[in-house]
Amino acid sequence: MRTPLQTLTRSISWPKPAVLIPVVAALYVALIILLPALEVVAGAFAKGIQPFLDNFGNEDLRSAVLLTLRCTLIAVPANTIFGLAAATAIARRQFPGKALLLSVIDLPFSISPVVVGLMLVLLYSPTNGVFGDVISSLGWKIIFSWPGMALATIIVTFPFMAREVIPLLEEEGWEQEEAARTLGASSWQVFWKVTLPSVRWAVLYGLILTTARALGEFGAVSVVSGNIAGQTQTLPLFVEDSYKQYDTELAYGAALVLGGVALVSLLLKLLVEQMLGGLKEKNPIN
Amino acid sequence: MSFAALRRWRLALPGWLQLSWSWRITWIYLALVLFLPLGALALKASAVGPAQFWALATTEEALATYRISFGLAFLAALINGFFGLVIAWALVRCDFPGRRVLHALIDLPFALPTAVAGLALAALYSTNGWVGGPLEAWFGIKVSFTALGVGVAMLFISLPFVVRSVEPVLEALDVDQEEAAWCLGASPRQTLFKIVLPQLMPAILSGVAQGYSRAVGEYGSVVMISSNVPFKDLITPTLIIQKLEEYDFASATVIGMVMLLFSLVSLVVINGLQVWGRHWEANPATSL
Repeated sequence: MRTPLQTLTRSISWPKPAVLIPVVAALYVALIILLPALEVVAGAFAKGIQPFLDNFGNEDLRSAVLLTLRCTLIAVPANTIFGLAAATAIARRQFPGKALLLSVIDLPFSISPVVVGLMLVLLYSPTNGVFGDVISSLGWKIIFSWPGMALATIIVTFPFMAREVIPLLEEEGWEQEEAARTLGASSWQVFWKVTLPSVRWAVLYGLILTTARALGEFGAVSVVSGNIAGQTQTLPLFVEDSYKQYDTELAYGAALVLGGVALVSLLLKLLVEQMLGGLKEKNPIN
Repeated sequence: MSFAALRRWRLALPGWLQLSWSWRITWIYLALVLFLPLGALALKASAVGPAQFWALATTEEALATYRISFGLAFLAALINGFFGLVIAWALVRCDFPGRRVLHALIDLPFALPTAVAGLALAALYSTNGWVGGPLEAWFGIKVSFTALGVGVAMLFISLPFVVRSVEPVLEALDVDQEEAAWCLGASPRQTLFKIVLPQLMPAILSGVAQGYSRAVGEYGSVVMISSNVPFKDLITPTLIIQKLEEYDFASATVIGMVMLLFSLVSLVVINGLQVWGRHWEANPATSL
């Protein structure tokens, strides 16, 4: 038996039949998101498990994995330090231009990754870069080499940590830090023992997002890499390159590895979201 | 120097040198990874000269890529404006088996590396793919390696923005208003168009704008499903890369600058829409 009120809400909440909306939603998501995801799995195991495993004997793939890890291991700690510094500096203070500074930090999310890569080429290319002369006289190699790729990864991923930690720190307030200072703690001690523990879930969340994006970054890294197999190829670049060379099995194998990492990061993210409670609902994007 | 003297000395310094460590790290980091590259692009673009800039920014080839990138992304964002609303509505207002799975799937385009997404979409919508095969056989529609495929990749990449933008607003929406409208004799259609949609509009538009901005700049998934033929399905980011590969740095710089300016404008628009949304939440009666 439904109460009259329930009948009422049922009849007006849904302008179309209650079944139609979930069905349309599910069909659309299946077509645009779910089937592509399944396609990766099906493609990787199209010829069984053994050919899939054989992919990992490929030298270029292994070197791509190592380069991807190197870029990620540089970008994630660097961006964590920046994110925490920016959060302690910006959150909980009101100053003119605060909203502008927050937008500036968000800027890499709106700039096309290709333009990020282009900017680095225009800055560090030995022939055409602003710092080209300096770079070549020092004998450094930034463009078409891993430092440029690591830098591209840093630029594309640095907003994640800051934008996760800032809102949480803003909610926390100053009281605990002030108490610690009154009791004689140095500012370093306050940071390690009071501030950092209070935002640990946001930091973890930021770490997951930064790592996931750093591992999968394509556009920006592609522009500065030169895409030489076995040398300056990250895993996402390897996927594209082997697909274009009609080496479909290799492409799917590498894609499944990346997809698996993405799935793990997604699950971890959902887990941390539960730990964070309602926080995520205020910051829905990314 | 004693601590007190050090302190006096520090206070005598100009303002920006008194910054705390956290501020110094923030500014130095931003300068190195953001301002310096942005400055390089601006410097190189200004060195081109206005007349030359305009000429390079509006070549036939560049204009064709703008039509594809900006036009298709706009269509994709609009389509997702509708379906994003439907999905958000299903997630918030409907109860059905698999709701949680649907919720998790929406985030996949954020998590999945774009190269993987591109590979999957290109294969799925190709003429021997699960979806592309039937489309070709029954309707004669080719998706992969055409402009339509570019649109599909843009749909994939921009969908989560609308859903994630609308969801929290829809959750906060009071069912009381809809009940009141019903009691006052409004039809379901009137309730939807006069009560519900106006309140969701800022969130929908903000999500559409974010998805649009992302789809315009997207490279990884689009480049794999596109045949990258100029005037057919070549997008602007790919054109920048082609220009770089041809060592045509001036064209790459100018077109890159056009895209950067677009990003800045869209950032301002998105911020404006979000401010409008918050204003609406604060006093719903006076907005619009």
